[in-house]
Amino acid sequence: MSVSPEKMKPPTAPANVSIEVDGRKISARKGEMLIKVTDAAGIYIPRFCYHKKLTIVANCRMCLVEVEKAPKPLPACATPVMDGMIVHTQSEKARAAQKGTMEFLLINHPLDCPICDEAGECELQDLALGYGKDASRYADVKRIVKDRDIGPLIATEMTRCIHCTRCVRFGQEIAGVMEFGGLGRSEHMEIRTFLDRSVDSELSGNVIDLCPVGALTSKPYRFTARAWELENHSSVSPHDCVGTNIRIQTLRGRVMRVLPRENDSINQCWLADRDRYSYEALNSEDRLRVPMIRRGTEWEETDWPTALEFTVTGLRKVLETHGPESLGALAAPISTSEEFYLLQKLVRALGSGNVDHRLRQMDFSDDAQAPLFPALGRPIAELDFLDTVLLIGSNPRKDQPLINLRLRQAALTGAKIFAINPLDYDFNYKLAGGTVGSPAQMLRSLTGVSGALAALKKSILPAAFTSRFGSIRPEVAEQAMAQALLQGERASILLGTFALSHPQAGTLRALGKLIAELSGAKFGQLAEANAAGAWLAGCVPHRGQAGNSATKGRHTLDMLRQPLKAYLLFGVEPEFDCLDGSAASAVRAAEFVVMLTSFKPSPYRTRAVEYADVWLPLAPFTETDGTFVNAEGRSQSFTAAVTPLGDSRPGWKILRMFGHLMGLPGFEQNSIEDVRKEMNLPAAPVAVPVSFSLATDDSAMTPADEQLMRIAEFPMYAVDAIVRRAPSLQKSADNPPPAARLNTAQAGRLGLENGLTVQVVMAQGVARLELVLDERVPDGCVLVPAGHVETSMLGAHGPATVKEAS
Amino acid sequence: MLKTVKRYLNTLLLYELLKGLMVTGRHLFMRKFTVQYPEEKTPISPRFRGLHALRRYPNGEERCIACKLCEAVCPAAAITIDSEVRADGTRRTTRYDIDLFKCIYCGFCEESCPVDSIVETRFFEFHFENRGEHVIHKEELLAIGDKYEKQLAEDRATDAKYR
Repeated sequence: MSVSPEKMKPPTAPANVSIEVDGRKISARKGEMLIKVTDAAGIYIPRFCYHKKLTIVANCRMCLVEVEKAPKPLPACATPVMDGMIVHTQSEKARAAQKGTMEFLLINHPLDCPICDEAGECELQDLALGYGKDASRYADVKRIVKDRDIGPLIATEMTRCIHCTRCVRFGQEIAGVMEFGGLGRSEHMEIRTFLDRSVDSELSGNVIDLCPVGALTSKPYRFTARAWELENHSSVSPHDCVGTNIRIQTLRGRVMRVLPRENDSINQCWLADRDRYSYEALNSEDRLRVPMIRRGTEWEETDWPTALEFTVTGLRKVLETHGPESLGALAAPISTSEEFYLLQKLVRALGSGNVDHRLRQMDFSDDAQAPLFPALGRPIAELDFLDTVLLIGSNPRKDQPLINLRLRQAALTGAKIFAINPLDYDFNYKLAGGTVGSPAQMLRSLTGVSGALAALKKSILPAAFTSRFGSIRPEVAEQAMAQALLQGERASILLGTFALSHPQAGTLRALGKLIAELSGAKFGQLAEANAAGAWLAGCVPHRGQAGNSATKGRHTLDMLRQPLKAYLLFGVEPEFDCLDGSAASAVRAAEFVVMLTSFKPSPYRTRAVEYADVWLPLAPFTETDGTFVNAEGRSQSFTAAVTPLGDSRPGWKILRMFGHLMGLPGFEQNSIEDVRKEMNLPAAPVAVPVSFSLATDDSAMTPADEQLMRIAEFPMYAVDAIVRRAPSLQKSADNPPPAARLNTAQAGRLGLENGLTVQVVMAQGVARLELVLDERVPDGCVLVPAGHVETSMLGAHGPATVKEAS
Repeated sequence: MLKTVKRYLNTLLLYELLKGLMVTGRHLFMRKFTVQYPEEKTPISPRFRGLHALRRYPNGEERCIACKLCEAVCPAAAITIDSEVRADGTRRTTRYDIDLFKCIYCGFCEESCPVDSIVETRFFEFHFENRGEHVIHKEELLAIGDKYEKQLAEDRATDAKYR
């Protein structure tokens, strides 16, 4: 795509000094730290506290090296290179210094490697082999530190801590919340959380990778395997649109843990907790292991031939009686591109165009003008170097933690980040400005920004725009945003998860594009999971694969609001995956419902026990080959890490079998490569000129006098079927029990108080919830999360009444 | 010529036969080495490597901490271990299987064990009657350990100064 991140970096000085390390001449940039130069040259210097992505503190003293003309050994991580410097990393003096440091470190380190989870991948263990003594000279009492419970994700064993402070610096510099800190001094220094709080950052798991010893380890993985017996499999994480590179580690055909795979242009060396801990669900008892079919009200286990026969007969019956238009297919956004491709191919071959993956979109008015896929507009790596960002309906910190990490880096280096959001989200950097308001208010703010921009540029807004919004008088905040966007050289407009589910998302997009065009910024969208793959594979009702024309059909909302006769649910649990939780009622009315799912739909979770006719065990991303396309349009293929559990089958094989059994041509693929070749994913996104399809009906956003606007939000640990079943993530602080959230003033006006049980009444249904006061929620709105059993009977964003439950 | 005559005489007078029988005769009256197994048994070294056992501490707590070093060192890949956090927060095995068909009785598991948990007893007279019995599990190994604990502790004490 356009500019490579290197070109956007501030210019760096050329290599201009020459130093000598262990007799080797190396050229380096003046002022660079010695350890960075030796690392690049492949000369290893032992270290604990130094990490390439963190600041330098030089407190472990392990990297001491001898520099000629220096009276004492110097720490390589904090010594800038100078011309003519002569360094010895292995000389007697250097070795003596390193060994001395090691001896001090080992004084207080317990000898519990046999029960330590870090053993085998422990930096201290490795270096103790090279720099430690056979026996300790220290005979006194060792220091013992109390372990504290810091949450469901990280296990602590603080006696092992060597005070490198990598975890402290990670919190301060990368995650943006200082959760760990060093309390006390010298012998009594402890790395701990302030006031025994839990560690709740959405990136907290990274401290496990950073910890050079076994002080911080993964709690779900605790004591279950050893580092040396695990097999590594490269893969890609499906939970957001980043396309995070992961390493899946398995033992005897079971996923034991997930670690980041370094890729500087995507996730660097980090991993969000959601990607790290979601694997727990894949080993759970909830997994569906054999196909099951319903006979009357009884569910019975069966084998694949019977289940396929049953499915094909059922589908044929519906198609023959009601015609092909009566079939609709919904796919979960975490499916692979190959699955999307075959699903739409199957549905279209049957004569229907009803296929969609956009389960959380409410406005489909601008489908025809949509680009090839919802793209970020620039490579992910460029986000670090932006100088102005306008976030629209976006909470990247929880929705795309690794995108937020880069935006934070930009903010720290002076970028101005603005947000026009429905809630006052908690950003871990200082916003330069923005507005918080109801969905209708968001639109007004955006028109304000466009108006201000047009005024600044002395250009005229398109006629469609002025006829819809009339004359605009921008507010101060909006003018500030316009000013900054115009001044910014590397600016981006990013539409987030909320914006895409906004009741008038099409208008929001049009305004976003208009602002981008007026200000010269790049326009980008942060869609769900593998949405880009779905668009490219043609899993949208109005376009085929690669944007080609194909049988047109109905989109998600149409399929659910005007119920069809048969549904094919590909990894979808309608009550939880659709923004409109009440959608399941449409599915319930259908004659025949096929559910391909990795998990047993238990009565506590979905009502699929009542409405589905057949459950087919679908292999999740760890058990199938596939391709994910991320927001920047990078398609990454991966292979299965383990064999499918029980009788599960990869989705592409199931769909291929369907096609074959239905007697359709073009389902003869023998391998995933055949599917990929046929699918032929186009690489780059296509820029689409701004065109307006502005919604005029505001009724969905304008609640009546006594009503509030319900804002439906997917909590970060409820976004897909896998995450919803990951026990440790469910226990974490980012997964509060569902509640109706109002700000204090609003609650006061309604005569409600904190902790009260209230009824949230919407046109679709009623939910009984606890009322929680939450100052992030603007006036006139109530925040009720989607993706929960308790709220699954409600509709999407829309007018709602909140009253005390009788 | 003389050599040939001598050889013929020796053959004719059965000299070689008698010479051989002399050995037989001598051994007929010598002290016998035969051990009347199973009534009699040969002495066994404290380092003998027989059937495996898992030991306990004197307070009854199992020694094994599921470090999996024995599993890693086993040249025949005969050991399979699964582990988890026990309710009291300690690291423990949930499964400890040894395939006695695969095992080559090299004793590496014993040497690698940091807590003297997996040991090889002096007991070698075992057999299997049914398919599948060759894989012995944690409970059986602990039972063997309990049975021979006295001997095992003694053997380890004897050998301690050489380790």
